[in-house]
Amino acid sequence: MAKMMAPSSMLERKSNAHRTAKQKKSRTAGRLIAEVFAVAVTILLFGIPLYFVFVNAAKDTQESSLLNMSWPSTFQLMENIQLVFAAENGMILRAFFNSAMITIVSIVLLILFGAMAGYVLHRKRTKSTPFINFLILVGLIIPPAVVPTIWVLESIGLFKTMPGIILVEVALHLPFTVMLYRAFMATIPKQLDEAAVIDGCGKLRLFFSIILPLLKPVSATVIVLTAVGVYNDFVNPLYFFPGAENATLQLTLYNFMSLYSTQWNLLFTNILLISLPPLVLFIFFNKRIVAGMTAGSIK
Amino acid sequence: MRKKMKSNPYTYFFLLPAAAVYLIFFILPTILSFFFSMTWWTLTDWKFIGLENFKVFLSEPSMNIGFKNTVIYAVVTSGLKVILGLLLGVFLSMRLRSVGFIRSMVFFPALLSTIAVGIAFSTLMHPSQGMINAALSFFGVAGPDWLGDTKIALLSVALVDVWKGVGIATVIFIAGIMSIPQEYHEALSIDGGNAWHRFRNITLPLSRPAMNTVIILSFIGGLRTFDLIWTMTKGGPGFSTDIIASIIYKQYQAGFYGISTAGNVILFIVVAALAFPLYLYLNRKEVDM
Repeated sequence: MAKMMAPSSMLERKSNAHRTAKQKKSRTAGRLIAEVFAVAVTILLFGIPLYFVFVNAAKDTQESSLLNMSWPSTFQLMENIQLVFAAENGMILRAFFNSAMITIVSIVLLILFGAMAGYVLHRKRTKSTPFINFLILVGLIIPPAVVPTIWVLESIGLFKTMPGIILVEVALHLPFTVMLYRAFMATIPKQLDEAAVIDGCGKLRLFFSIILPLLKPVSATVIVLTAVGVYNDFVNPLYFFPGAENATLQLTLYNFMSLYSTQWNLLFTNILLISLPPLVLFIFFNKRIVAGMTAGSIK
Repeated sequence: MRKKMKSNPYTYFFLLPAAAVYLIFFILPTILSFFFSMTWWTLTDWKFIGLENFKVFLSEPSMNIGFKNTVIYAVVTSGLKVILGLLLGVFLSMRLRSVGFIRSMVFFPALLSTIAVGIAFSTLMHPSQGMINAALSFFGVAGPDWLGDTKIALLSVALVDVWKGVGIATVIFIAGIMSIPQEYHEALSIDGGNAWHRFRNITLPLSRPAMNTVIILSFIGGLRTFDLIWTMTKGGPGFSTDIIASIIYKQYQAGFYGISTAGNVILFIVVAALAFPLYLYLNRKEVDM
């Protein structure tokens, strides 16, 4: 800091250097206090609610009805998990399966359709480009029309079906996905396409064996965003995938809310089970998730 | 034929699957909603009744309270997310040992399901048994009935929304602050500026794109919100926390599909009328800078 200052008089420089050293010392002390304070507040605000759910998931019904944070007198998390799995004829297993299917198929379709669209929308500019951009923007801002969507699904026989909810999820996630792919296409030089075409590469092969593999970073982002978004989605299954057979994990949790209104421990066990997949994802892909969620936002 | 393919391998064929899904399952229902909002509708049968549904929506006190609540909710949640996200972002951009821990803790709720968070906080906010009021009474403060008092229930839910969403705002701010070139900070320290000058003259103006993103994302998210409010209060007590989206659901459940769709159209208009100008305004400022 002092080294970079324009040399004026010796004295002034010296006093400046002295001041910065002193400042630095008090600043480190200040920083340490601020840091300890920040960690304490973080634990209080963000750690305690998570801890609260965990300990109550491990209590018996009577103890959990007190809704406090004491350690369970008998730790019976495993028993509670068994009870939750047995509830409603094993509805939660069915829900796990449904949620997993909807999430995985949505991801695959979004990567495929989104990458194809983003690719051609970046490379090909025509008179309709502004209109397409407008449609994408509309999808980012406007909420979906609920009952007309049900009407459309019903007319083609997809209401209350797995393909129906998947196609709705794909449609609603497409605008952002296409935007991500289109933005990333700018980093792939057009000369690459031209070279491939000169070498006799067809349209489909150009995309599938040359472009798509290069889009991997975006695909990783899409996987993370779609996984979190679709897995945690409550509103769309509520409207477009109703019925006891069709439960998703979020819907079962919502239904258990009234079912278990006197058995908080089982409700918290259910919350714990449902939060497990995102937790595992977070532990292994922390950086990727943060990068994915901020992707395309700072530009 | 072969030559044509060589000169232009980019055909709109690639757009086809995405366009088909998007048009059938999003754009078509959106267009249809304008028509069905003006009908008495049972899904199998409809009768044109003009603007009757909109009149009902706007005149019923149980429905038009939704406007005020929707806007209040969006403004409060996005405002708090911007302020807290910025402060956390600045703090976590410093080189501290605890940055990784704090950032993970603040960000993690973003990955949790809204229903799970809603249920957990409903119990924490329980007026007599909840942990929050237990902690307050320890300090001699009588805590309010967070979700049962019509005056504060909406704000209580908004606070939980901020708890869940501030992590995303924070990581967007961190990305924005980290992208500020180091030279600016060096120039400032040569001129003898302090931490406040640095924040006021460098961090704040240069993280403007990040701030705009947070404002837009959280404001639109706030206007469209449904699941947290529905889990925590179901619009109650009374209609005090009803938002447009929860009224759409209630009317749908009651079988009033026309009114529900009119609510949807009203929500489009509210979101478009507030979000588009905000978007244009923020982008204009960005160019000015």
